[in-house]
Amino acid sequence: MSGLLENTSTRAIGADIGRVDGPAKVTGTATYAFEHQLNAPAYLHPIQATVVRGRVREFDTRDAEAVPGVLTVLTHDNAARLADIGDAELAVLQSDEVAHRGQVIGAVLAETPEAARQAVRLVRVHYEERSHDVRFSAARTDLYTPGEAEDDEQGDLAGAMASAPVTVDHTYTTPMEHNNPMEPHSTIAVWEDAGLTLYESTQGVHSVRSTMAELFGLDPERVRVIAPHVGGGFGSKGPLHPPVVLAALAARLLPGRPVKLALTRQQMFDLVGYRSPTIQRVRLAAEPDGRLTGIGIDVTAQTARFKEFLEQAGKPTEVMYAAPNRRITHRLAALDVAPPTWMRAPGECPGMFGPEVAMDELAVACGVDPVELRVRNEPGTEPASGRPFSSRNLVACLREGARRFGWQDRDPEPRRRMEDGWLVGTGVAASTYPTGQMPGSVAAVRFEDGHYHVRIGAADIGTGAWTVLTQIAADALGVPVTAVRLRIGDSSLPSASLAGGSTGTVSWGSTIVAAAQAFRERHGTAPADGAEARAGLPDNPNRERYAMHAFGAQFAEVRVHADTGEVRVPRLLGVFAAGRIVNPRTARSQFIGGMTMGLSMALHEDSVVDPRFGCVVNHDLAEYHIAANADVVDLQAHWIDEADPYVNPLGAKGIGEIGIVGTAAAIVNAAYHATGVRVRELPMTLEHFLA
Amino acid sequence: MRVSFEVNGHEVTADNVWPGESLLYVLRERLGLPGSKNACEQGECGSCTVYLDGVTVCSCLVAAGQAQGRAVRTVEGLAESGDLAERRLSPVQEAFVEAGAVQCGFCTPGLLVQTDDLIERTVGQGGGVPDEAEIREHLAGNLCRCTGYEKIIDAVRLAAERTAAQRDGGGPA
Ligand code: FES
Ligand code: FES
Repeated sequence: MSGLLENTSTRAIGADIGRVDGPAKVTGTATYAFEHQLNAPAYLHPIQATVVRGRVREFDTRDAEAVPGVLTVLTHDNAARLADIGDAELAVLQSDEVAHRGQVIGAVLAETPEAARQAVRLVRVHYEERSHDVRFSAARTDLYTPGEAEDDEQGDLAGAMASAPVTVDHTYTTPMEHNNPMEPHSTIAVWEDAGLTLYESTQGVHSVRSTMAELFGLDPERVRVIAPHVGGGFGSKGPLHPPVVLAALAARLLPGRPVKLALTRQQMFDLVGYRSPTIQRVRLAAEPDGRLTGIGIDVTAQTARFKEFLEQAGKPTEVMYAAPNRRITHRLAALDVAPPTWMRAPGECPGMFGPEVAMDELAVACGVDPVELRVRNEPGTEPASGRPFSSRNLVACLREGARRFGWQDRDPEPRRRMEDGWLVGTGVAASTYPTGQMPGSVAAVRFEDGHYHVRIGAADIGTGAWTVLTQIAADALGVPVTAVRLRIGDSSLPSASLAGGSTGTVSWGSTIVAAAQAFRERHGTAPADGAEARAGLPDNPNRERYAMHAFGAQFAEVRVHADTGEVRVPRLLGVFAAGRIVNPRTARSQFIGGMTMGLSMALHEDSVVDPRFGCVVNHDLAEYHIAANADVVDLQAHWIDEADPYVNPLGAKGIGEIGIVGTAAAIVNAAYHATGVRVRELPMTLEHFLA
Repeated sequence: MRVSFEVNGHEVTADNVWPGESLLYVLRERLGLPGSKNACEQGECGSCTVYLDGVTVCSCLVAAGQAQGRAVRTVEGLAESGDLAERRLSPVQEAFVEAGAVQCGFCTPGLLVQTDDLIERTVGQGGGVPDEAEIREHLAGNLCRCTGYEKIIDAVRLAAERTAAQRDGGGPA
């Protein structure tokens, strides 16, 4: 598995190259899903349930149909039956049942979006309403253990807690959060005799193709999905959600005509998933010097009653710290809500909030420096599995971060520093994210017109895939980047796994390396025009032998105004160990962007559900706050050189998600240091400091 | 109704415009200029920022009819004119690519127009390079979910410095 790590002629990988899609994006010529110029499109606007639970008795569509320009009102009565409705979330318009507020129960198709929208308002829906329950709480008596996460127990945590000289036992909470990529989920669907074409804002064209083919009972060859540029996703554009199915159902009624659907920002809060809220009881048992004898996390998360999704927030506790006694449990509350989905670092992001704040509480209780406390609890092997790490440099990140941040002179006493009315403090937390790899990718290399044409159906959702895959291909072929012509974002290209779980670059990149090697073996270094080779992602036997994760350490400075409780974060510094960095410019963007989203989580993000009506009330960017430029002052991301010969031929680990992991805990810990007030729930709004 | 105005130096006309349509919609869906983005449709994100008679506006909040007889400039009009493939990027566009201020690119067009405006109002009027506070204030209405803003601020500074150097030195920096 040494591969390119040994290749001393490597030039492109590691080079600080500007985004190859940059010029298109700054001239406004990069084409996003809704922007493909097609002839005579029709526009679709969904009808959404205004009750939480029940069934539709009747649609009165007379007034809607009278709106000039309305083509069709689509409901479960006239929508095509789907072939496979195993995924209840995607069984769009297949019955009259309403399972959550805002669910798609119909749509209007019209000549203009305004006509469609106006007509939707004129549709009168009569419901048979049933009682509903959307209250999320760990005290519910109907919580259940999801099949995918059995309780994980080593030793005896309760015994360790009873006998330990120092313990921490607190409950931490994270709220419901919405991904909110800047580009709303959008689709253009076209049904023709040849099949279905979808211009889609997605993290994976091939997964959209295969899922849509199954749903509509089509040969996958008859479905084509196109997505050259995607305006962010952060998980919500990973798995499919109802809008794309709705667009295809509508297009089916209008053969040959493109049907366009772009969600409004408000609809983004109902229809494309969110991060489940979590309640985390964290227990730590320790010796007086901070060495852990026990660690446990009991997670409660929510799911839709009609479709299960588990936010696996207990996962990082399997990985982080040594302790002979360990207990990790997950419980789900099944509610009358829309299904949660992936949001940047699902599991790890919320799951490193409670435990990393608890570690800070332990550091205070033991009088041990929080950096030192983490170093003391460094495991030799992955705690839950006993497997060796392929590489683990958490300690190096903590030390390097402490040095760069100026941690050494820190007075551990809280509430000691006051500057111009602001209480000032600093805090630290660790980050981790698994280094995955998704199966199923194939890449093709073809030599033509003096260029190497590399084709793979990968997706660039802003991560830099266009750029880094070009660099990887160049090095794998031993040619300059200018000799490579990359094509991605189209399901007519060879199959690729989706951009998710920070696996894109490593899975697609390793596949491209294999295809380049196959090309050179077949055609040598002076290929004829038209020479071609392809290869799939090879198995990596090391994946069974080693635990593979990236690690990091985040340091925050927080100021809390002594009178108003206002919280500012003037400084955030992260150091990451994530294998080889393919492109420092795009990598820095990923780390910093992740940390900013972590800051946003710490201070702002909170989807507020009204239990009476079952909907998110702050469903736009005026009320659902995300970090703005004023929130981000001095933000730095660094990385350490990490050579990992086992993870993949690139020696790279995924970096799209780790930046958001641990940030909120570092900020909360710094706020404690500033004020002496321990906040255990997010977001950390100012009322926490106005006791 | 019929609406006629100038976009990026060209006279354009849109017919059958419904009075409630936004300028953003007309640009994107009727005039084939999808560079300006629709991310919130209610003035919260700045993705749709364009110049209207030299003043930056959220085009999602401007009724198309209000543009009648006026001049609009969008992200598509920032680069020097010429063949699309050969078009020279403006200093602002160049700086965004170079500084790594672009990720998914959806917020980028609005930010570019707003940055262009800041530089025009400062360096362009014979003033100095805007300081960080001015840059932040001017871009306060533009949200980005990807980049963390840091590199955007760097890009604005870089573009302003280059424009000033060009002005003062009479040639490219
Ligand atoms: S789309 Fe106009 S401000 Fe958001
Ligand atoms: S680059 Fe994606 S929203 Fe700014």
